[in-house]
Order: sequence, then structure tokens, then C-alpha cells
Amino acid sequence: MSGWMDSILQGLLLGAIYGLFATGLSLVFGVMRLVNVAHGDLIVLSAFLALWIEKALGLPSPFLTLIVLLPLMFLVGYVLQRTILNKALGEDILRPVLITFGLSVIVQNGLLEAFSANPQKLIGGRLETASVHLPGGLMAGAFPLLTLAVSVAVIGLMQWTLYRTALGRALRATSDDRQTAAMMGVKTPHVFALATGIALATVALAGVFTGVRASFDAFSGPDWLIFAFEAVIIGGLGSLWGTLAGGITLGIAQTVGARFSPAWQLLSGHLAFLVILVLLPRGFFPRRVD
Amino acid sequence: MKVVQSSRQSRVAGVAFLLLVLVLLTAPMWASRGHISLLIEFFYFLALAEIWNLLAGFAGIVSLGQQAFLGLGGYALFFVTMHWQWNPVLSLIFAAVAGGVIAIPVTLVVFRLHGAYLAIGTWVVAEVFKLVFSDINSLGAGSGISLPSSVAHAVNFGSFSRNTVLYCIALAVALLSILCAYALLRSQVGLELSAIRDDEKAARSAGVNSFRIKLLVFIAAGAATAMTGALIYLSKLRISPGSAFDINWTSYIIFIVVIGGLGTLEGPMVGAIVYFVLRQYLSDLGSWYLIVLGAVAVAVMLKMPSGIWGTLAKRYSLSLFPTQRRLVFSEEDLLPGQQTVDAALTR
Repeated sequence: MSGWMDSILQGLLLGAIYGLFATGLSLVFGVMRLVNVAHGDLIVLSAFLALWIEKALGLPSPFLTLIVLLPLMFLVGYVLQRTILNKALGEDILRPVLITFGLSVIVQNGLLEAFSANPQKLIGGRLETASVHLPGGLMAGAFPLLTLAVSVAVIGLMQWTLYRTALGRALRATSDDRQTAAMMGVKTPHVFALATGIALATVALAGVFTGVRASFDAFSGPDWLIFAFEAVIIGGLGSLWGTLAGGITLGIAQTVGARFSPAWQLLSGHLAFLVILVLLPRGFFPRRVD
Repeated sequence: MKVVQSSRQSRVAGVAFLLLVLVLLTAPMWASRGHISLLIEFFYFLALAEIWNLLAGFAGIVSLGQQAFLGLGGYALFFVTMHWQWNPVLSLIFAAVAGGVIAIPVTLVVFRLHGAYLAIGTWVVAEVFKLVFSDINSLGAGSGISLPSSVAHAVNFGSFSRNTVLYCIALAVALLSILCAYALLRSQVGLELSAIRDDEKAARSAGVNSFRIKLLVFIAAGAATAMTGALIYLSKLRISPGSAFDINWTSYIIFIVVIGGLGTLEGPMVGAIVYFVLRQYLSDLGSWYLIVLGAVAVAVMLKMPSGIWGTLAKRYSLSLFPTQRRLVFSEEDLLPGQQTVDAALTR
């Protein structure tokens, strides 16, 4: 029995990191209906940048790189949206997919040129192996628990921004009806750029946490991207807590599948995704009409 | 008045195309082995691109998972030649049938989704196929398997070398994909597809059963992609799940179709030429070649959303494989009192 509880707990903690990956994607998908195929590669980019900043500034911990990385990635997102992605938006889903596919290839190969093909890892030190005793005889890693706390905090912060600030109101309005929002005085190109900036700031966080958790290389992006997409879609378009729920569902499906055979971990996740999608095509908590 | 599909331009282009095909047919006699291999690759990428163009440009189904069928076709080839001792060329037909049959349950899952969800759904299906095939030990599991030399040699036909036979098959596959797509688009179903491409809701309100058509196109695309996949792996001689079900297949297909022009038959041809030219001249640069390719795709999508061919065709009214139907007025349509046919148009 405790074996199953343990799997579910590990799945929950794994799902927290999927939720963190997916938060930025959910925001961009929800506000702009933009399918950003380069999202996973941007997480990898953040991880490499964290590595580089850590070495360049001689920082003792990769988490400190966030002080520089968060504003940097926000700026990258803002500029990216303003210059390239704003022009991709429209009724057609193909254009943003194709443009971001192009960006994804550029980022992957740029990273390969800049950092070589060697897998890298961010060193989190003692935090990586520390563990915490939980009731019921279960053990959880301190770092995964921290990741869960950060995911919940980030999503809580974004929910607060969306529902309690003027910026959030502008984001929600533009997501509901772009033309009317523009008529009401919302500067839509700027609002979209802010949304992407915020999304990339979460990507910076996701990059650092994932880089500490597992090794990465220039081509890890698509593997992470698919989990992020699955989390967003299972959770339902427009719901950030849904994205976390989706991530956790995916994580649990994977760890429970792994109990039967380690080779089945990924497959169970994908199958769970397909089954949920067949039963609930719009996910757990869809908030808007697509 | 009558409905006309061809024009003088298209008839000239048709003759030119026929001549080009004849020239290509004789290529094994005068081209080097390396060039023949390059052409084989060109033909199968062209076939894949034409199929994807039909799916995404006409039926509006953006699939990021066609590699599922490509790999399926490849494995079908290996299975049927190694375990049932079929002739490799006949195995291509088997692969097509397998692709079409497997496409049916895939549609049950994938057709509940729309737009971006459908795109991601197809990608996940491809990943599922990859993971499932990684588990099949009789087909090499995760590390893959090579085609036995007996099978590879079975492709020889009389005095023609393996390379020549593969070349002819590849040319046939490419031609089939172009001509079948062309025939489809000129038919009644094609008219409905063009209507769906332009505005699905309007098409449905005019009585087009878009769901059934999209289903048929998806299944046909699955079969055609599987057949092309079998050809690809017949030429590569070694298959593994990582390579057969790689998302990069879709990346390259998308680049070709986008750069050439989505929604036109000529677009993928132009796109494939551009892709291969870039590859020949930039391959020495290693990963910079891919960066340039990505940059070209982004630039083309931003500046010329209809692709190179699409933009040229709109600008200069070109249509070499016309799928449009035009209404042509003649003398008989004139009402009494009207002098010219132009007047008839403004009735």
C-alpha cells in the first residue's frame, strides 16, 4: 500500500515541475491562442544561460542566477512578441506554429553551436539530495517539495495578477475579445508583449529548477514541450490551476505506469493524456469557448 | 457559359512537366550514383510534402504527427519482408494498406480535437507509436534493426541495380502523390476541399460534409505517408524508433511546404527545391545550416505568408496545376442588345 502512496506522491512532485513548465505556455495559449512550439527550447535556453551566468559571475548557487535571468528572460519575451510573434497572430493557427517551429530550430542549433552537444546540469548542492520525512512513513525529496511550493506560488501570483490588477484585466479582456479590448483603449501589442514577457520569466524559473533536477542538452526542448502541452491541454484552456492539475495528473500517470515497468513511464503519461482528451476534449477546467 | 479548369498556361505547363518526367526517367543512364541518391531523397520528401499540404492546406488538418505513419510504413516493410518473406516492392503496397487501416482508430482519438489541440494530439500519437515500437523485440526494439542483405538484394530487377530500381519507385511515388492530389482536387471532392480550405463554416452551410471529407483525407494521407515511409526505409536499410518516429520529419516537411506555399500543388515542389539547394550549399556549415533554415522559415512566414510560389502565383496569376474552376462566358450568353461578352458579365 505504501508503495502506491509513494508512487502517487512522487507523481505529484513530478507533476509540480510539469506544471511549472506549463504555466508560461498556458498564459500565452490562453491569452493569445498562440501555440509556441519553441517553449521547451526556451526552457533549455534559460538553463544554459543560468549555467553561463553562474560561471561568469562566480555565483555559489544556480538559484542566484535568477536575479539576472528573470528580468533578462522577461525582456527577451517582450521583444520577441513585439517584433516577431505579434505579426504571427491571427485566425490561422498554422502561422504561429510555423514561425515558432522555425524559432525552435534556431534556438536548438544556436545552443548546440554555443555550448556543444555535451549534456549539462546545474548543481544544486546538498538541496538536491536532502529529504524530508512525511507522515505515513513516506519520504519526499526536499528539492521536489521546494519545486511544488514554487509552482503553487508562481501560479498563485499569476492568478492574483490576472484577477486583481489592471494588467490582468487587460490580459483577460484581450483574450476574450481582442478587437473590443482595443476599442476600449487596451494597447494590445503591448499587452501581448507583457504576457509573453511574464511567460518567459516563468520559463526562466522552470529552466533553473529543471536544470538542477535533471541533465539537459541542446535538444531536450521538445521532450519537455510535449509534457507542458499535455499539462495545459488536460487542465483546460484558460485555467492556470487547471494547468497545475493537468501537470500533476500527468506526473501521477507516469509514476504509476513506472511501477509496472520503468519502460512504461512515458507511454502511460501519453496514453492517459489521450484517454482524458477523448473523454473530455476540452480538458478538466475549460474556461472559455474556443 | 461553361466551367473551365485548364488554361493555356496550364496546358503548356502540362507538356513541360511531361517532358521533365521523361528526362527524369532516363536519369539513371546519365546521372552519377550520388545524384541518383539525392534525387531519391528529393522525391520522397516531395511526396511527403504534397501529402502534408493536402492535409493542412486543403483539409485544414494541421498534423504534427505524420511521422507516426512514416515509421509505421517503415516497420511494416521490415516486418513483411523479414517475417513473411514478401518481395520488398510489394511490401510498399502492404505498408500503404497498414497505414490506412491504422489511421482509422487514430481518427477516433484525434478527430475529437480541433486546431492546436489536434496538432498536439497527433504529435502525442506519434510518440505513443515510438514508445510501442521501442518495445517490440522482433523488430529490434529500441536499438533498431537492419534489413537483411537478402532482402536488400531482392530489390534488384534483372540487370537494373538496386539504386536504379529505388530511383524508379521513388519517382513513381512522387508522381503518384502529385497526380493523385491533382486528380482529387479537380474532382467534386476537390471542390469541397477547396471550399473547406477557404472557409469551413461557409462550406458546411452549403452542404459540404466537412467531417467525412477530412476523415477520408486523413486516412488517405496515412496510407500514402506509410507507403513513402516504407520507401524511405527500403533505401536507408536500417530502422530504429528514434529515427522513424522523429518529430524532425515533420519539421522538414513543414519547412518545405511553408517556404514553397501552402494550399497549392506547385508550392511543395518549389519548397523542396529550395530546401535541397540550401542543404547542398550550406551542409558544410554544420548546425549553422539548420539555423539558416529556421531563419528562412521565419522570414518567409512573416514576409510572404503564402510562400514563395504562393506569392508569385498571386502576383503573376500563375497556375501550373490549376485546381480552380473558372466561369467562362461566350457569345451565346449575350442577351439581345448586348454587344460584347464583357457586358454579359455585368448582368
